[in-house]
Amino acid sequence: MSDTVSGLLTIGLLVVMIAVCYVPLGDYMARVLTPTKHLRVERAAYRVLGVDPDGTQHARSYALAVLGFSVVSVIGLFAILVGQKHLPFSEGMSGMGWAMALNTAVSFVTNTNWQSYSGEQALGYTAQMAGLTVQNFASAAVGLAVAAALVRAFTADRNGELGNFWVDLIRICVRLLLPLSLVAAVVLVATGVIQNFAPTAVAHAITGGTQQIPGGPVASQEAIKELGTNGGGFFNANSAHPFENPNPLSNIIEILLLMVIPVCLTRTVGTMLGDRKQGRALLAAVTVLWGVALAIATWAEVGAHGAAAQAAGGAMEGKETRFGIWSTILFAVSTTGTSTGAVNGMHDSLTPAAGAITLINMLLGEVSPGGVGSGLYGLLIVAILAVFVAGLMVGRTPELLGKRIGSREMTYVALYVLTTPALVLIGTGVAIGLPSTGNALGNPGAHGLSEVLYAYASASNNNGSAFGGITVTSTFFQLTLAAAMFLGRFLPIVLVLALAGSVAEAGRVPRTAGTLPTHTPLFIGLVVGVVLLVTGLTFFPGLALGPIAEALS
Amino acid sequence: MSPADESAPTDVLTKADPMSTQHAVTDPARATDPDHATEPAAPEGGRRETDRSGDRGGLARQLLAALPEALRKLAPQHLWRSPVMFVVAIGSVITTVAGVARPSVFTIGVAVWLWLTVIFGNLAEAVAESRGKAQAASLRAARTDTPARRIEADGSETQVAGTELRVGDRVRVSAGEVIPGDGDVVEGVASVDESAITGESAPVIREAGGDRSAVTGGTRVLSDEIVVMITAAPGESFLDTMIALVEGASRRKTPNEVALSILLSSLTIIFVLAVATLQPMAAYSGGKQSVVVLTALLVCLIPTTIGALLSAIGIAGMDRLVRRNVLAMSGRAVEAAGDVSTLLLDKTGTITFGNRYATRFVPLEGVSESELRDAARWSSLADQTPEGRSVVTLALEQGARDEDLPTGATFVEFTAQTRMSGIDVAGEGTAPLREIRKGAAAAVTAWIGTDSSQLAAVVDEISAGGGTPLAVAERGGPDGDRLLGVIHLKDVVKPGMSERFDQLRAMGIRTVMITGDNPRTAAAIAAEAGVDDFLAEATPEDKLALIKSEQAGGRMVAMTGDGTNDAPALAAADVGVAMNTGTSAAKEAGNMVDLDSDPTKLIDIVGIGKQLLITRGALTTFSIANDVAKFFAIIPAMFAGVYPGLATLNIMKLHSPTTAITSAVIFNALIIVALIPLALRGVRYKPSSAVALLRRNIFVYGVGGILLPFLGIKVIDLVVSLIPGLS
Repeated sequence: MSDTVSGLLTIGLLVVMIAVCYVPLGDYMARVLTPTKHLRVERAAYRVLGVDPDGTQHARSYALAVLGFSVVSVIGLFAILVGQKHLPFSEGMSGMGWAMALNTAVSFVTNTNWQSYSGEQALGYTAQMAGLTVQNFASAAVGLAVAAALVRAFTADRNGELGNFWVDLIRICVRLLLPLSLVAAVVLVATGVIQNFAPTAVAHAITGGTQQIPGGPVASQEAIKELGTNGGGFFNANSAHPFENPNPLSNIIEILLLMVIPVCLTRTVGTMLGDRKQGRALLAAVTVLWGVALAIATWAEVGAHGAAAQAAGGAMEGKETRFGIWSTILFAVSTTGTSTGAVNGMHDSLTPAAGAITLINMLLGEVSPGGVGSGLYGLLIVAILAVFVAGLMVGRTPELLGKRIGSREMTYVALYVLTTPALVLIGTGVAIGLPSTGNALGNPGAHGLSEVLYAYASASNNNGSAFGGITVTSTFFQLTLAAAMFLGRFLPIVLVLALAGSVAEAGRVPRTAGTLPTHTPLFIGLVVGVVLLVTGLTFFPGLALGPIAEALS
Repeated sequence: MSPADESAPTDVLTKADPMSTQHAVTDPARATDPDHATEPAAPEGGRRETDRSGDRGGLARQLLAALPEALRKLAPQHLWRSPVMFVVAIGSVITTVAGVARPSVFTIGVAVWLWLTVIFGNLAEAVAESRGKAQAASLRAARTDTPARRIEADGSETQVAGTELRVGDRVRVSAGEVIPGDGDVVEGVASVDESAITGESAPVIREAGGDRSAVTGGTRVLSDEIVVMITAAPGESFLDTMIALVEGASRRKTPNEVALSILLSSLTIIFVLAVATLQPMAAYSGGKQSVVVLTALLVCLIPTTIGALLSAIGIAGMDRLVRRNVLAMSGRAVEAAGDVSTLLLDKTGTITFGNRYATRFVPLEGVSESELRDAARWSSLADQTPEGRSVVTLALEQGARDEDLPTGATFVEFTAQTRMSGIDVAGEGTAPLREIRKGAAAAVTAWIGTDSSQLAAVVDEISAGGGTPLAVAERGGPDGDRLLGVIHLKDVVKPGMSERFDQLRAMGIRTVMITGDNPRTAAAIAAEAGVDDFLAEATPEDKLALIKSEQAGGRMVAMTGDGTNDAPALAAADVGVAMNTGTSAAKEAGNMVDLDSDPTKLIDIVGIGKQLLITRGALTTFSIANDVAKFFAIIPAMFAGVYPGLATLNIMKLHSPTTAITSAVIFNALIIVALIPLALRGVRYKPSSAVALLRRNIFVYGVGGILLPFLGIKVIDLVVSLIPGLS
């Protein structure tokens, strides 16, 4: 079978698997997010947390709950990382330095999973499992909870009620993420991913050298790493490591896991709104963005004709031979499109055009299809932006899903749209201007600029993948990237919840022939156009000096 | 008008309802001539066309006249109101300083064009305002301080200045005098020339009591004498409000305008950041840029086109209403008009002509058609109401001839006692006096003394169909006393209404007909006119309740009204258009006043509201889409020196970096001037569904907005590359 055929079949298989999950998982998530009876284990959790599971929250208290929970999470995780040598199963690892610990704590709580450390050299099993894996669940649940609050705002009629954060958090973990990742972990073990508590084994090779063979509870972390669009690898090499991702089968399962919740959420939103067409429209927009990115990146990689590529029989630098070009690109586009940030190859080594695609995927604001929850609310924000301009063009105050978009709503949307680009631009501008940065870069010139831009794009958009060449362990990078991750996560969340509050307080507007339908191909095209135009206009100068200059040289 | 309609149709004949009288007075042609009556209903009638050609001819002159005002608007406190233009102004200052410090053709050129960008934006606003100012000046002429004859408590009169009048004062105004202030007529009746305000030269009747009692200060009494109770304090009169409105002095940003400004500001902030952080990236890449180039890039990227035209669009939208003789009390109301999803339309005068027309003669058994026809015609010869005239017209159409007219007849006027009118024809020779009467069936049967089941059946049938039956009978005719038949009077729906309602439905607007008729009549007319719903036997309370229930369902409601009892509904409606002929309470309650008092105009107002929003949306899209081409001009110009590969992006093949940047800046400035006419007149708007509108506007302003600047910048580049010292 030629590479092209097998590549196309792989993509086809992925699409079929997602399509099979689409309706059942999408509708199941809608049920998880819709009030029903509480399970016994959930009741116990509510009692421990001291919350009334039947009380509903308005925007302010919902946002305070999200922020409170997340800040406590950062502090808790920071404490575990700094003091891990006092914990069992620490495998003899000493505590992290404060800057790296802060960076890592923020990184995992914000669902970024940017890793400035090397997993196998810095963390013991307790820190991995009780620290990082817990946040893999919690941070994904937070994102989904916020998205659910925004969706509920559109169905609310003048009551301002967004649901209950604690109930959402517990339910998403108990009913969605835990069972799914349990199944996923078992499947991954079956494909050969390791799962043990064995200490690092030392093997003596025939040539006389020694080999360190690490062990660890990898499959359990791997499952939620992908499913929660987290991306923080057990090992430094992430999903390129054979113990995390041993073969093409595990590879496609991991891609499925990282895509499945964000994609199926478009079904969930349709079901929750009672407007399936709207869900399909969002799915179409997501599919277009993901598909076009995949097509361009694959074309760039498969068609690469550099000297190194010719010698290796293809652009294989930085790729695992067991995956090949097609599966590596499929992984790269999916992981940057979903804000996962796991990698099965080195993005730094991609051809300039494919590297630019992974960068642009993040700069789009993680909406193709974006992270768990965050992708959905990002998409809805873009839809509001599109509906605002389009609504004016049909001569009415813009409305989306039966709610008018007034100046208050536009304020929150405008600030949301402003936040991450501002973080990326300021971060990159300051970092690239510092004389010390030159030493941190793995490459000079345009590629070096791409590395810095990529780092801040990844952190601000909570992706977590890296253009590997850059060294980010200096206190400056640790702290500015931590700030970018924190602000890039929670400023948008606060704005989304403020928007949700304002939408939930508004009355519903009936749909008439004068209402702009938001599920037509025309509108889908407009959403895609708005995403591309806003991103393009903001980052074109930076991209021109990075990947574009590199591609055109 | 409801009780009269049902019980005594003849009442209608003589005491035509206020609405139709008002038409008869203000515009006699409109009430009777069906062709003329549809004229204001045409969506973009001939009147607008003339306005347009006026725009074109005078625009250059208007721009020139507005130039001093545009320069005055360079004051920082004014520029601050538009963040986008404020940024451009700062950029202009920076490039000017740079140009002075290190003069070159390029820097000075950029500085000049940046200043021009700001001035062009001001110019757009100044031109938009100048139209209102001219109108305000002519209104001011009417506001000259008029002496007033105040009636004191003891009944004596004192001469005071108009400005000294207080609310509650009573003044006497005689023929030839100017009414000193807004108020209600409390005594007398007079014809008043309101042309100073409405531009309509035909005088109108104003009388004490009822819904036509309001008078406006500055208008002139032509005949008779009235006593007016002043209802507005000096400085707060209708005329003052009007002057402030057309001048735009009280203009505040409307909700959608605020939302759009927020979006534009945030785009501006993003681009400021993008340009500010570009410098360190450029420095790292070894291609540090001059301040002038960075400023030029920034100004080209921020949405200057819409930023410059935004306030002009709003002012021009109000102005379009003013030119149609509608005064909106706030821009918010104009915007709300675009959002309206339910239109409450009064049946009389809006959907129907408001007068009943004879459409059919129904003879009873044993009576020939010609007998009834001639009897009906004779009995109506003296009846000068539109209904009476329509009976004569119908009879003539059906073959009545003048030679059949009787001689020696006396006309019998309608009285409230008899509730009939008719004719008495002296008999030839010994023949008895022949009396013919027409009127309400009950009155006529009582007069003739016989009843007929056939007559009752016909009357019922006509009533059920929404018509008005008039019975005709004769006494002393050749065949003795007998009932002749029935005239079928119908409330005629204006031609073209059904198509207009279809159009409104396509736009998502539901029409509800409001009428005092009984439900049967209302249903029949509603079906004929093609409205979506009707409210029969409507009382003011019913109207208010309907508005509240529509609003509770999230709909926005527009209505017209003129009576004091309409005031609560007018105030509750999202768009309440008060007729100028209405009471001051109605005018106070509504958020628009139609000086022509034409209720059909409500449909046009909705169109103007939509056009205002569409113009903003279209130019925003255009403005942002323009940026694509500017990037392709400026980025290769900035960095092709560092990375020669970037020259590939110079797809327009611009002459040199300096000409490329200069061309982009010039295009950016000129496009503002080029779009001023569009901003003032509004983009073309044809009522259609949202999808069709969006498709068209995205194609024209989105796709067009991407392509046009490629062409424009290239052309400008060809010209500026000829300038020595630039390339």
